[in-house]
Amino acid sequence: MIEVKDVHFTYPNGVEALKGVFITIRNGDFVAIMGQNGAGKTTLVKHFNGLLKSTRGEILVDGVNTRDVSVAHLARKVGFVFQNPDHQLFCETVEDEIAFALKNFGYKKNIINRRVSWALNLLGLTQYRKTSPFMLSGGERKRVALASVLAWNPKIVILDEPTIGQDYQQKEKLRQFITQLRAQKKTMVIVTHDVEFVAECNPRVVLMTEGKIVADGRADNILTNYDLVTKASLVPPQVTQIFMKLSDLGLPSNVIDVHEARKILLNLSGVS
Amino acid sequence: MTLIETKNLTFTYPSGMKPAVEDVSITIEKGDFVILTGPSGCGKTTLCRCFNGLIPNFYGGKLEGDITVAGFNVTKSSIHELARHVGLVFQNPENQLFALSVEKDVAFGLENFGVSRDEMRERVDWALQMTGINELRERAPHELSGGQQQRVAIASILAMRPEVMVFDEPTSFLDPLGAQRIFEVIHDLNKKLGITVILVEHRLDLASRYANHVIVMDESRVVLDGEPRQVFNSEKARLIGVGIPKATRLYQILRENGVKLSKVPINSEEASQLLRKILTHD
Repeated sequence: MIEVKDVHFTYPNGVEALKGVFITIRNGDFVAIMGQNGAGKTTLVKHFNGLLKSTRGEILVDGVNTRDVSVAHLARKVGFVFQNPDHQLFCETVEDEIAFALKNFGYKKNIINRRVSWALNLLGLTQYRKTSPFMLSGGERKRVALASVLAWNPKIVILDEPTIGQDYQQKEKLRQFITQLRAQKKTMVIVTHDVEFVAECNPRVVLMTEGKIVADGRADNILTNYDLVTKASLVPPQVTQIFMKLSDLGLPSNVIDVHEARKILLNLSGVS
Repeated sequence: MTLIETKNLTFTYPSGMKPAVEDVSITIEKGDFVILTGPSGCGKTTLCRCFNGLIPNFYGGKLEGDITVAGFNVTKSSIHELARHVGLVFQNPENQLFALSVEKDVAFGLENFGVSRDEMRERVDWALQMTGINELRERAPHELSGGQQQRVAIASILAMRPEVMVFDEPTSFLDPLGAQRIFEVIHDLNKKLGITVILVEHRLDLASRYANHVIVMDESRVVLDGEPRQVFNSEKARLIGVGIPKATRLYQILRENGVKLSKVPINSEEASQLLRKILTHD
């Protein structure tokens, strides 16, 4: 569980990135933190694994104040996948990259091998086992970064903009293994402004603007609130936009998913 | 008028085991707004590098077949020569900007071409105006937001008055409203100035409304090439896993269930109009 209590954060250059954030993320939650560029999303999640320490207020991870423990200690529990994989990758081969943290955590060689193979397979990277991460495309490097974190099996997984530069199929895979990880009772936090991706996952959405949380609730409640969404520099999902334009015909305005849309439209058009 | 034409274009990087672009034959007309899409690693960026001569002039490797851009045979022209006709805008504007002010960044390319001072001023003003960043001219690019930086990058290419502009996932790092504004700038360049646009993009929900031509690549080859409606609605697009607009997806799902809209929609306006007809039995 992550408890964020009145957290403020000011960068050394004076930019006030968080201005009093309260949020509780329970075990097994799936949360999408959304909002415009510069809203403070990444700053907030960097507090979850202790990379940043709040200027004021406190963060508790399973009851432990992140101030009282090292990032290395928190890392076992909280895995963080950066937006830009190049901030994370440095080994000569993909395999070494994934094994790196496992070695640091002191796992035995046979366990490391098994975990590495598992992670490579999960992310469709087996063919690149011996390849340098820097020979891979941006999307592939992103998957290597993700594999290296998932390999040590952290309880909480934070993904910062996981869909950037990913094509539709990879997003679909990402969605599938978020579902898998949730089935394993992991807590998932994603930072994103990919509205269509969120519409397909339907997580809890936390909306931020200018260093504060302005909304917190179900995706189909928040993404369909036009004023709120626009204020956060997002656009409603395309299905929602279609339904909004037909609201005078009595169509509900809180639809974000195509399959939900199909059910309603088939009902209304009298075809079953 | 045909502006870009490739015939059986095949390219292999110096270190490549197999071609990154294979047997590509396409035609792009002057004034086209082309979306180039396909799974990552399919060869989109490589193809774009052929358009402005970075391939083969900079990257080396083996190029076969023919490619003509704005009347130039790419294999026989220098990057310098082609840069006047074809501008390339990257995913991350930080890789492209480096001057101390927006104005200087936009003027930089022109200085390299030996454009006169008066003309330079005129072109910089015009490019800043067209991209809507005139009020940012004195600012330092690194202090700007991602969306503003991307406009600076676009302005600095635009100032060279290219006939073709290639945008390689220019909005990946931007939030949806920021992305939409960039697409609108690109749309303006295409509509008002007649610049031929090639946009590499995965976010088809946002970008599709602007295009008149869609090219889909998969495993180094062009697998679909045509009008947006026809491409997005094709069986092949679904099989490759192209992220077609949700409006088009809704059309397909309804059709499978016996409700047929009179046309294939590619954006929310079209879809809502077509649905209105069905729902009001019009």
